[in-house]
Amino acid sequence: MSDVVIRVEDLSKRYRLGLIGRTALHEDLSRWWARLRGQPDPTMRLDQLQLLEANKARASELNDDAEHIWALRDLNFEVRQGEVLGIVGKNGAGKSTLLKILSRVTAPTLGSVKVKGRIASLLEVGTGFHPELTGRENTFLNGAILGMSKAEVTSKFDEIVAFAELEKFIDTPVKRYSSGMYVRLAFAVAAHLEPEILVVDEVLAVGDAAFQKKCLGKMKDVAEHGRTVLFVSHNLSAVSSLCPAAILLKNGAVIERGKTENVLETYLAQTSRPRSLLFHAEDSGKEDKLGDHLISLESFRLLGPSDRQTITNGDALRLVARVVVHSPGDFSMCIPVLRAGVVAFYANSYHERDAFSLSTSGTYEFEMTIPPYLLNPGEHEFGVYVSDDRGSGEHHIRVHTALSADIEDDGGRRGGVFHGRWPGAVSPTLNAEVRLLD
Amino acid sequence: MGSKDITAEVTTLESWDTVISPHAGWFDLHLRDLWRYRDLILLFVRRDFVAQYKQTILGPLWFIIQPLLATVVFTIVFGNIAGLSTDNLPKPLFYLSGQVIWGYFAGSLTATSGTFTANAAIFGKVYFPRLAVPISIVISQLFQFALKFAFLLCFMLYFISRGATVQPSMAVFLLPVLVAIMACLALGLGIIFSSMTTKYRDLRFLLTFGIQLLMYATTAIYPLSSLQGKYRLLILANPMTSIIETFRYAFFGRGTFNLLHLAYSAGFAVVVLFIGIIFFTKIERTFMDTV
Repeated sequence: MSDVVIRVEDLSKRYRLGLIGRTALHEDLSRWWARLRGQPDPTMRLDQLQLLEANKARASELNDDAEHIWALRDLNFEVRQGEVLGIVGKNGAGKSTLLKILSRVTAPTLGSVKVKGRIASLLEVGTGFHPELTGRENTFLNGAILGMSKAEVTSKFDEIVAFAELEKFIDTPVKRYSSGMYVRLAFAVAAHLEPEILVVDEVLAVGDAAFQKKCLGKMKDVAEHGRTVLFVSHNLSAVSSLCPAAILLKNGAVIERGKTENVLETYLAQTSRPRSLLFHAEDSGKEDKLGDHLISLESFRLLGPSDRQTITNGDALRLVARVVVHSPGDFSMCIPVLRAGVVAFYANSYHERDAFSLSTSGTYEFEMTIPPYLLNPGEHEFGVYVSDDRGSGEHHIRVHTALSADIEDDGGRRGGVFHGRWPGAVSPTLNAEVRLLD
Repeated sequence: MGSKDITAEVTTLESWDTVISPHAGWFDLHLRDLWRYRDLILLFVRRDFVAQYKQTILGPLWFIIQPLLATVVFTIVFGNIAGLSTDNLPKPLFYLSGQVIWGYFAGSLTATSGTFTANAAIFGKVYFPRLAVPISIVISQLFQFALKFAFLLCFMLYFISRGATVQPSMAVFLLPVLVAIMACLALGLGIIFSSMTTKYRDLRFLLTFGIQLLMYATTAIYPLSSLQGKYRLLILANPMTSIIETFRYAFFGRGTFNLLHLAYSAGFAVVVLFIGIIFFTKIERTFMDTV
């Protein structure tokens, strides 16, 4: 009934730093010679050496070996028959290592995984596809690589071809396929794999939207037929729609296991940066410059509507920098607006030169306003620069990302059926008109 | 509490189909797994075959040109200039037979020795018994061998029509045995090398160079009958020697045929293959961490 089909016990995987990559016999010899003389490894890259140094401090605390890192550390969990389990975690949490061990691509350092039933893993689609072979030949080859017998592929062949919508081109070499056709065939083969346990990486993120939908449907099918699925993904909406339960990995260990919605909540809380509408001088990072002998920044904040917490694209956003002017001069303010870490635009105050020409020292507020319906809904970041308008143009104050805000869609400009997200950082209101011509 | 103990009891009695653990026993070779994936081996063979032949204008002709040129050079250098014996066989026939046999061994060895490095992309994504790859290579190489062999037979018929004394014997039926010994030998050595090249890439240079040199330590260039004393023993210690000699004996009626020598080669091949498989299965478990 609810038998355990996968049991992961004290699973650990250790990698040696600097081992990955080419090795030649003479490198090993020089490494050995350097160690003999107590010198650092001559074949290691500098960043690896730094990592090693950093690791040494931690390792001496843990009474551990500094040359190795643990990608997985004493991982324990069980998966029951018919369960569809999502595995989430940040980069470096150990997801890929776990996948590799489950797929038997590499062996663990300690512990074990016990599996009941046939297990197949999809870390990628189209593994082993050869460009010179036809779609038909590749279907058989890929099927065999994934663990299907020839008879199994033969019996499902028509279904696979139909799923990939490639009936006409199945005897064409795949090198003549478009990338979309290639991926469709590759996924179709994978989708018809019928192991008792399926381990899937983010292979769903392939093809166009329609095909992705089809793939998700197929995955649901698989799950509904009582088979066990482990699904590793960054695509949180796919995880939440596919998996009732999930586990969250962090630093090579399971930190939460439970209902997907709860796990995802923990995951999001862990990953998303706290939203901040107020920046104080104390919050600065090491790349920020908070001022010099002419002018310095005290605070920077974003003022939205006063009556509610949420900020929408229909609101005017006031960006206010409180500065202390030590020495009078001609200043200018510049606001970089970023979307997903990329600068969407810079706005500066050159057009208001006179206002920013200050003849007395003191505390001032510099303000710029982003008009309603300029920014596209979504997460945006704001920075502040203050520079010398007439002199060298040097930045006296420079904070690239000081504030972040999630701008909601107020729906004010939604007309028809589309409720998805518009792409892009801005969606300004443009002048729109219609003229009737005779 | 009580019920928990019972479930623990039950699970210990459960049998697991696959246990993924850090260390496999030395003799845990997954040969049954390999049998289950036999379709894959055949499909790999087919892939290599198709991929090799599609899109080359001269196609299979290349496989003949190479031994043919070597034969011409050897005939001039060793046969005519150096004046080495060819066991009273027409010189081109003598050298070509050596090239055809050696070609299969050398080709298989070179190709299998790159198993891990050449297939790292596939091996990093999916599990199947890794041995399927080198085995399929040894089989695909048979096609080349068959082609070269057919060419050799044509050569032979030509020389017979010209009145050369060439007498095939019943030993021609040993051909499959000879090929099997060579296949085991090349496979065994190849997977040992491929296991070592995962760690030390520079061993590949040693191999390409070593294969060339090794040819001179067989009877590909000179007949065994021309050797005496310690050199004879040294050359006989090379397991490929008796293969070439038996082949020449079987098809041309020359050369030395000695069952003991052949048994030595077979024994050597089996031992090498066994060591190779043990080594290979050990390496395949973690080689993805070092590539």
